[in-house]
Amino acid sequence: MRISGAQMVIEALIAEGVETVFGYPGGAIMNVYDEIYKQDKFKHILTRHEQAAVHAAEGYSKASGKVGVAMITSGPGFTNAVTGLADAYMDSIPLVVISGQVPMSLIGTDAFQEIDAVGISRSCTKHNYLVTNASDLPRVLKEAFHIAASGRPGPVHVDIPKDVTAEIAEFDYSIEVDLETYKPNVKGNPRQIKKAMNAIAKAKRPLFYIGGGVINANAGYEVRELVKRTGIPAVETFMARGVLSYDDELLVGMLGMHGSYASNMAMSETDLVIGLGARFDDRVTGKLSEFAKNAGVIHVDIDPASISKLVNADYPIVGDVKNVVKEMLELSSSINSKKYEPWRETVANFAQLHPLVYHEDTDRIKPQWVVERVGELLGDDANISTDVGQHQMWTAQFYPFSRPRQFISSGGLGTMGFGFPAAMGVKAATPDKISINFTGDGSILMNCQELMTAVEQKLPVINIILNNNYLGMVRQWQTLFYDKRHSETDLSVQPDFVLLAEAFGGIGYRVTTKEEFDAALKDAIEKNIVAFIDVVVERLENVMPMVPSGGSLFNMMLLERKEK
Amino acid sequence: MTENSERRVVSVIVVNEASVLSRITDLFSGRGYNITSLTVAPIPDSKYSRLTIVTSGSVRVIEQITKQLHKLIPVLKVYEHADLVEKEMALIKFPIAENISDITAFCKAYNGNIVNVGENVFIAMIADEPKRVDNFLKMIKKYNPKEIVRSGAVALER
Repeated sequence: MRISGAQMVIEALIAEGVETVFGYPGGAIMNVYDEIYKQDKFKHILTRHEQAAVHAAEGYSKASGKVGVAMITSGPGFTNAVTGLADAYMDSIPLVVISGQVPMSLIGTDAFQEIDAVGISRSCTKHNYLVTNASDLPRVLKEAFHIAASGRPGPVHVDIPKDVTAEIAEFDYSIEVDLETYKPNVKGNPRQIKKAMNAIAKAKRPLFYIGGGVINANAGYEVRELVKRTGIPAVETFMARGVLSYDDELLVGMLGMHGSYASNMAMSETDLVIGLGARFDDRVTGKLSEFAKNAGVIHVDIDPASISKLVNADYPIVGDVKNVVKEMLELSSSINSKKYEPWRETVANFAQLHPLVYHEDTDRIKPQWVVERVGELLGDDANISTDVGQHQMWTAQFYPFSRPRQFISSGGLGTMGFGFPAAMGVKAATPDKISINFTGDGSILMNCQELMTAVEQKLPVINIILNNNYLGMVRQWQTLFYDKRHSETDLSVQPDFVLLAEAFGGIGYRVTTKEEFDAALKDAIEKNIVAFIDVVVERLENVMPMVPSGGSLFNMMLLERKEK
Repeated sequence: MTENSERRVVSVIVVNEASVLSRITDLFSGRGYNITSLTVAPIPDSKYSRLTIVTSGSVRVIEQITKQLHKLIPVLKVYEHADLVEKEMALIKFPIAENISDITAFCKAYNGNIVNVGENVFIAMIADEPKRVDNFLKMIKKYNPKEIVRSGAVALER
């Protein structure tokens, strides 16, 4: 059929099964928005900032496992969205982001709202396109969805000049995607897998090192099964929280800069690291030369470039972690889980020596208590998003995650302002779950305009602000490494968060006691509208334990026990 | 990096499409890799182009470069050459007063010749291994070259 470029965008989105699009209109994308107006196959959610549109699409994608879609205009619309693209790129989130561009005839003339969008997005997307003919659109959009979701997932940006969206051309979406230059290897080499399993059978102190790739590959069930059958202890990265349930006996905890003592010691003492969809990030490894120093390394990853990038892999396996773990399961009868009993005891001793705890030693609410309390009250019934900072680490440490895709956070890029819009996307994807966003008094002000979206679209995100009147994580580093010079981190002057929420038509609570917190949370859930729960917490609490930047995992700063 | 840095030649076959060259060079600058020289031209009778990149880095860095290049969607193949024939061209402009017969003789030894003679200057061309091009350029300094242009290396596996 012969239709306009703008109609092609709509038809492609429908053909891809897209149910929700997040976006913000503007001059260069108006032809497409005109077609959005005329259709009723998918829902468009108007955010109040383009950055939020992309974060919402990320949250939607992470909670649902589907490709997230965002739509924006040229120039500032696009540049506002760049942070979201970069965030999705770092955390391997499949997105298709469609931007308008000035007409072809004006490209390169410094036209109104013109910016070289593909030039900017090149380094923060998996791939991008500037579409110069409407006849290319079906192929480009089909490739975009294919590239975003396959291999190591990531954002794909499609920039479409305004005259191309007006141009009429033939639309046939039944074409097959055939990219000679892009064929991700999804099946692990069977010989390598066998070698890896033999190495596991021989090891005395093996350790699963589980990364976010397991969630992207929907391999949670398989990994749980493999851990159970082998009886090998497991540590999770920040991105992998929820792969193993919090109550799994073999889950040692999260490792890395703010990982548990037991996890980091297990990683330091292991003789075989079994890396599954993890990328040995600097926040995980600490000082590289001391990381798992005496261990062999099995590394399963869909991205060949992640293997031996930072830590040399003795058993590299390129493939989809779900396929590879399935094959490992078939070979797992050769592994005798009893053999690792002494090792499991060693790990249990680490956990006993320095458990992950905090002290209730002041009158003010401890931020960790809030996270634990929400976990007790809501547990599996909630999906948990976070912003970036101390609250984010406390959430990762203390929330009882019980399933993959329950925890949604900005890991790689560390984007303050991610949490609230992401939690809206999460709510849109999983309306039957309560959508919580743990945030800080710093982060929430970046994208607090989304209160309007949440009110309008009835996305009742509950934002729990762990308010310490500081940019807490930076303040913590200043306290520890800059001789307590708290440069520009004191946020004593701040808005009335209750009034702020109410100004948009949401609901706000200010909470100073535990009883008030319970009551506020209960009320917010019952009212079922977007909420700010402003929790006044201990100001100078630090996230502990901690591996100072560039330090070794086994050399942690531990919680000081204060005497009452 | 404490590992030794060494010179390597990497050939990349890419789909001939808009902005593919920027994808390659952005990758190098974004990840902090070196480009000593880069040549690019379409492969005859195909939809591909071939880039020859001279770079340097430790074994690990070179491995990362090839993997990261391969990750780019329009990249078909990446060859990291071990045993190769490598050639580079240079054009050198001399004042007409210099000893043209000496220079011609030198050029011949470097697969070259005088390719243009004008009223005030003449231009010599050579094509040889990059190291030999270095030597040639050192040697002809005494003839007061006015301008020198090097093409960057091209290479083929033996």
